[in-house]
Amino acid sequence: MKAECPVCAATIELLKDAVEGELLECPDCGTELEVISLDPAILAEAPKEEEDWGQ
Amino acid sequence: MNKIKVSIAGGSGYTGGELLRLLLFHPNIEVAQVTSEANVGKFVYKIHPNLRKSTQLKFSSINELEKCDLLFLCLPHGSSMNRIDEFKNIAERIIDLSGDFRLKDKEEFKKWYHHEHSNPEMLNDFVYGIPELHREEMKNAKLISSAGCNATTSILALYPLYKEGIIEEDRTVIEVKVGSSEGGNKFSESSHHPERSGSVRSYMPVQHRHTAEIIQELSLGKKIEVHFSATSIDMVRGILATCHVFTKQPLEEKDLWKLYRKYYNDEPFIRIVKENEGIYRYPEPKLLIGTNYCDIGFKKDEFSNRFVIIASIDNLMKGAAGQALQAFNLMYGFNETTGLEFPGFHPI
Repeated sequence: MKAECPVCAATIELLKDAVEGELLECPDCGTELEVISLDPAILAEAPKEEEDWGQ
Repeated sequence: MNKIKVSIAGGSGYTGGELLRLLLFHPNIEVAQVTSEANVGKFVYKIHPNLRKSTQLKFSSINELEKCDLLFLCLPHGSSMNRIDEFKNIAERIIDLSGDFRLKDKEEFKKWYHHEHSNPEMLNDFVYGIPELHREEMKNAKLISSAGCNATTSILALYPLYKEGIIEEDRTVIEVKVGSSEGGNKFSESSHHPERSGSVRSYMPVQHRHTAEIIQELSLGKKIEVHFSATSIDMVRGILATCHVFTKQPLEEKDLWKLYRKYYNDEPFIRIVKENEGIYRYPEPKLLIGTNYCDIGFKKDEFSNRFVIIASIDNLMKGAAGQALQAFNLMYGFNETTGLEFPGFHPI
């Protein structure tokens, strides 16, 4: 099952047992991605953890 | 298998020393002689102390050079072209690391080097030394002219864009920040430590000679203009080229990812470095010290049709000795990465 990285357009092979919500890193651009759909296989940038600087 | 017997003419400079460091550990090479007129009879490690216990070679005079399979020329600019016939009698194959045979056009040579070429009929006999552009020619070459360090960085950064014709050909601006080793091992008032330390010196805002190589290699049959400036910063090794290009049509970053992947995915020494997080998101010269890599990144300006292409190398490696050894490997059919596998240090 193949999906496209939404950041760099690299083709990424998903594991057979991939599940929605799974996180992975794009091997080309290193962006952390989330599997948001399996059929069709769609990836999105994973939400980044916001840091609270106390402001 | 017999080793390839090589010698270095002009081995006391930084480029010669770096090349010797690589050659001594190449499994298919025997280094026969290294010349330096100022150091005849001295152990080479007296000049290149990093090579202590790696070799007991002593410097020879250039007039004592014996026949070998390949001769590397690391002589000052202007020396190779005057003695090239003599060198061709010493070795069947030559890799010249000076600027003497980089340009194909004698008028261009005169324009940028401010004197006539003494062997203009030979300018087209040399293959220009960037393997990523001239790999097939190198495989059968007898004569190779290694590219200038700033030119190498700039050309590799921009080649896919010019090759595809997707940027305005006359608007490219390149600013390189370079380390002090680019200036060679001859000292001057300006290299005196109290003057040099901490300085950011615009040493060649215009008319740098490497501009001619960049134009030559990126023209690809079209008339182009490249606007090049060089700034020397407080760093010993390394080049960071920041290139501003303007696309003819609106493009997204994904388009450039695809483009650079198309040209460089199979290149052993080119890496696309562009990450959204972490400390080193774009090419960083210090991570490339001692390596033969050229790292390339890019960023789109969301408010215009400008892309900034960022590229970095170690000027003494991919910009000189490493590039020359890569060419050597191609000439002799060795694995292109032999002797060039060092991945660099971190932290450094």
